Amino acid sequence: MSAAAGEALVRAEQVHKSFGPNEVLKGVDLDVNRGEVMCVIGPSGSGKTTLLRCINHLEKIDSGRLTVDGELVGYEQRGDKLYECTDREVAKMRASIGMVFQHFNLFPHMTALGNIVEAPVRVKKASKDEADDNGRRLLAQVGLEGREDAYPRQLSGGQQQRVAIARALAMEPKLMLFDEPTSALDPELVGDVLDVMRELATSGMTMFVVTHEMGFAREVGDKLVFMDGGVVVESGKPRDVITNPQHERTQSFLSKVL
Amino acid sequence: MSSPEVRTGQSPPLKAIPVRHPWRWVAVAVIAVLAAMLVNTLVFSTTVRGVQRQPRWQWSIVGHYLFSGPILRGLAVTLELTVVCMVIGVVLGTILAVMRLSPNPVVVGTSWLYVWFFRGTPVLLQIIFWYFMAYLYPTISVGIPFGPGFAHVHTTTVLGKFIAATLGLGLNEAAYMAEIVRAGIISVDEGQTEAASALGMRRVLIMRRIVIPQAMRVIIPPTGNETISMLKTTALASTIALTELLYAAQLIYSENYKTIPLLITAALWYLAVTSVLYVGQYYIERHYARGSSRSLPMTPIQRLRNLATLRREPNPAIDAILTSSAGREHR
Repeated sequence: MSAAAGEALVRAEQVHKSFGPNEVLKGVDLDVNRGEVMCVIGPSGSGKTTLLRCINHLEKIDSGRLTVDGELVGYEQRGDKLYECTDREVAKMRASIGMVFQHFNLFPHMTALGNIVEAPVRVKKASKDEADDNGRRLLAQVGLEGREDAYPRQLSGGQQQRVAIARALAMEPKLMLFDEPTSALDPELVGDVLDVMRELATSGMTMFVVTHEMGFAREVGDKLVFMDGGVVVESGKPRDVITNPQHERTQSFLSKVL
Repeated sequence: MSSPEVRTGQSPPLKAIPVRHPWRWVAVAVIAVLAAMLVNTLVFSTTVRGVQRQPRWQWSIVGHYLFSGPILRGLAVTLELTVVCMVIGVVLGTILAVMRLSPNPVVVGTSWLYVWFFRGTPVLLQIIFWYFMAYLYPTISVGIPFGPGFAHVHTTTVLGKFIAATLGLGLNEAAYMAEIVRAGIISVDEGQTEAASALGMRRVLIMRRIVIPQAMRVIIPPTGNETISMLKTTALASTIALTELLYAAQLIYSENYKTIPLLITAALWYLAVTSVLYVGQYYIERHYARGSSRSLPMTPIQRLRNLATLRREPNPAIDAILTSSAGREHR
């Protein structure tokens, strides 16, 4: 059920989410089109990470509509009722969405290659040899050729994050989610990770990037969204939003980070 | 080992003097005297029993029984009981731990109730209770719940001494192992489960491939402890007259009254098996340390070999200080 190019791959309509009494998302609307790189910026607590986690159902939304590739996230609509998806259906949906975490979350007891081939072999039931070959190719793609036997702890933060990107790509996702992928890195390691992401964007991958890297957002992003207080305050072409913010809250945020 | 000489710029070379430890020599002297006293009383001292003067510790009797048939058969039962009970404990304990962490409240409650009951009553009571189960249920039948039974057996034929001891010790152990495994599972970072589910892995697969292997590092040390504890706790089965190691020794000394030598015989075997378990635990821990540190620690054998060649283990911290004070950049 794939839509035509240019059509929304991710669509959020009036998405609400609370943690206990604390309402984090207060009606978010946004579209991420196929092949587009969307960067989301905003102060901490603005709900940008929560929104990202809702997209692959790591968090359940309370109300509103959230669809990926035309299908509701975590629910199935039959008639006028929403049925919550089973474990199996959620897992299947997640397998087609790659996610990269702020703290990498590599599996420390597996080698770099082991991390990459785990899901293709166990979830997609790919053959071990095929997965290994593909894994080595991905390691080369992220600039870590020959490091397949290194354990995560033997790698620098930047290298770990690049392995994490390769691990997500190994599932051949239609969408990649990045949750502040460079925030936990030493400044001199950020560039390598951004280079990999830039290359990925060039290859046509649809990306949803929560970030603090204004340079990356301006240069690589097709769309920039500024979130604050659980809503989308402003969105548009990155260059326009950064150089000529319309909203007062956007102006004050940008004046602090730029 | 001579002190390394350090060159600093143009000034003359400095000699580094290690800290002296005079109190170590005092400790050596005190411990040497105590050790000599211990050897003397164990090996050379004698005592009068009846009209005879005999060696105090009667090591010859210990030697006579150490490899005797009844003692070795008792040892075999003890080992068998330990292994079977630990297997029950680990398997059932893992199931209980996973149940405890389930999203289903009924399953959580069941697991909690089990642990509450079996941890809350003495294991000796449980062993005796299982042994007298035939008093409560003379026959056991297999069939439809509340309906007709298909097969009937006398409880006494199924529930002998060994099975009673196994159930008592094994089910009790499961309650403790459940807590140990649960502690291991919750010690694994939440992000691991999230990363695995984001890849499309499901609960059971995540447990098996991601969480349990990492939890092992936390689970193994207390489990080794439990195994050693179990080895000794099997001696409680002597109360229901199961001929394990201690009861085998008791049977012999109840006839010949050589109580102490036979208790020593049993003690030596317990110590021997415990020592083997130590070694086993060391290597299992080493296996699960994969990826947890930059390099694996040396095995005792590697360490001995290193010592034999009299090579100083490189100490990066000291090397860094020495080389950087010599005016060179080094990391």
